[in-house]
Amino acid sequence: MAIQTRMSGNEAVAHAIKQINPDVMPAFPITPSTEIPQFVSQMIANGEIDTEFIPVESEHSSMSAAIGASAAGARALTATSSCGLALMWEELYVAASGRVPVVLALVNRGLTGPLNINAEHSDSMGARDSGWIQIYAETNQEAYDNFLQAFRIAEHKDVKLPVMICQDGFITSHAMQNITLWEDEPIKKFVGEYEPEHYLLKENEPMAFGPYAVSNYCMEAKRAQAQGMINAKKVILDVAKEFESITGQKYGFFEEYRLDDAEYAVVAIGSVCGTVKDAVDELRARGIKAGLLKIRVFRPFPAEEIAAALKNCKAIAIMDRSEGYNAVGGPVGADVTTALYRGKCTAETVNIFYGLSGRDITVAEMVDVYDGLAKLADGKNVFDEYPYLGLRK
Amino acid sequence: MRDITEIRWHGRGGQGAKTAALLLADAAFKNGKHVQAFPEYGPEREGAPITAYDRIGDKEIRVHSNIYEPDYVAVVDDTLLSSVNVTKGLKEDGGILINTTKTKDEIMPLLNGYKGKVYIIDARKVCMATLGKYFPNTPMLAGMVKITGIIDEDVFVKDMEESFSHKFARKPEMLEGNMNALKMALKEVK
Repeated sequence: MAIQTRMSGNEAVAHAIKQINPDVMPAFPITPSTEIPQFVSQMIANGEIDTEFIPVESEHSSMSAAIGASAAGARALTATSSCGLALMWEELYVAASGRVPVVLALVNRGLTGPLNINAEHSDSMGARDSGWIQIYAETNQEAYDNFLQAFRIAEHKDVKLPVMICQDGFITSHAMQNITLWEDEPIKKFVGEYEPEHYLLKENEPMAFGPYAVSNYCMEAKRAQAQGMINAKKVILDVAKEFESITGQKYGFFEEYRLDDAEYAVVAIGSVCGTVKDAVDELRARGIKAGLLKIRVFRPFPAEEIAAALKNCKAIAIMDRSEGYNAVGGPVGADVTTALYRGKCTAETVNIFYGLSGRDITVAEMVDVYDGLAKLADGKNVFDEYPYLGLRK
Repeated sequence: MRDITEIRWHGRGGQGAKTAALLLADAAFKNGKHVQAFPEYGPEREGAPITAYDRIGDKEIRVHSNIYEPDYVAVVDDTLLSSVNVTKGLKEDGGILINTTKTKDEIMPLLNGYKGKVYIIDARKVCMATLGKYFPNTPMLAGMVKITGIIDEDVFVKDMEESFSHKFARKPEMLEGNMNALKMALKEVK
């Protein structure tokens, strides 16, 4: 029997870690992800799990220790946010190119500045091209479910890449909401034991990890790594299917909400999607064909699938919760627009910045976005040249 | 629109407004409700004004914005009335509960002409009579259960006894004090 309860997103991820019972968790605290290592430490102190917890002096070290543990053959994870992720930068690339299946619980928070602790995607979006798989959640339930699927994807022989499971700081991480927890036994069976083929502590197979490679070999290594990301698409769907068979929860690359016959679509990531769904229902009640495409898997990027899902839309708003600082638009806008172009989709598009540094976003503001899309489809662009939703002018 | 009761809490850092918001959602959850409880995070420090929110309903709660037009407001500290517009957006068919030693006549001029129901409770009196220490969130929690009617009072008292028994397993004297505070608060709302 599944357990109906209520908890925050951080508690939900900590519960996933408890059910996974990983071998090693190095961590350094940072708001708003601090509770995750805190809860896990309590579980270890209470004897509920036998994970080796390594308190370190920085995020540079927490990721280094996770990579070391994983290379040695252990199942390793850590958690962080914002500048904690920034301090891991060097190691993010080491993890991905070293093909270690480390999992990172990322609680999204903006990078400075101005210095702020609230939800923004600038931390993970900056790492979008580091070779990590990135999976985002709208709710505490999704953060929990995504985390339970992470090691299966990361450790798959066709993938062997680290995975970042993202949820919005405070909005998801600190809000208590209803959640369904799955029973330990089927989940433990689903996650399984980690049995790496090659690892540093393997007897009779001496190996080096992370050695220098001359130019004559580097490109081949990078191409092989890129193949892992390409292969991840199938593995992510296979793992989701198996997860659904146990829990009944359906997951894909993205969620389509009333998108089938939608003329006006919003593309977004994370907690804002719940607010967008309420806006869609309000508009549908007015007879306006509004829909939402909520991206769950951002890396690998499901370009063809997104273009196919949006092909009949007249106008599309692509929402970015992080700046691009390229004088054009944000990272989600860039990738989705490229996908639409390659998919020969001719819909009008607008790339809108919203929710930076935790700026609140309401149903009414999203309704306005859809109203703007209807006008855009009719040839009248009411959006600013560089659109910032909810900006004080 | 969806049928959701929205509640906004005003308090000062350290008074337990966030905890009270979580406890109210917890009590509602135990009665089969869908809940969402969250604080508004900023540079928290003891004594600074803070805001926390509850959404309680019979269906899944998807919206993630702050609450601008609450059905009910709880004010844990009446010194906030002069600096924070606590009735902002408050629905007139809803109500507000204020922890104060003042009378309603003294409080009314501070509520910007709010026409809905105004309730007061002297949480300090309740705390001193039952706990011997000032923890305003327990009486305020009971007061909000009373004015919102989202949970049956008897069921609420029974549920809280269970929660407190667990929480204060090693401090039985706290169990009795908190239960007395809840029960007294339910009668002290005016």
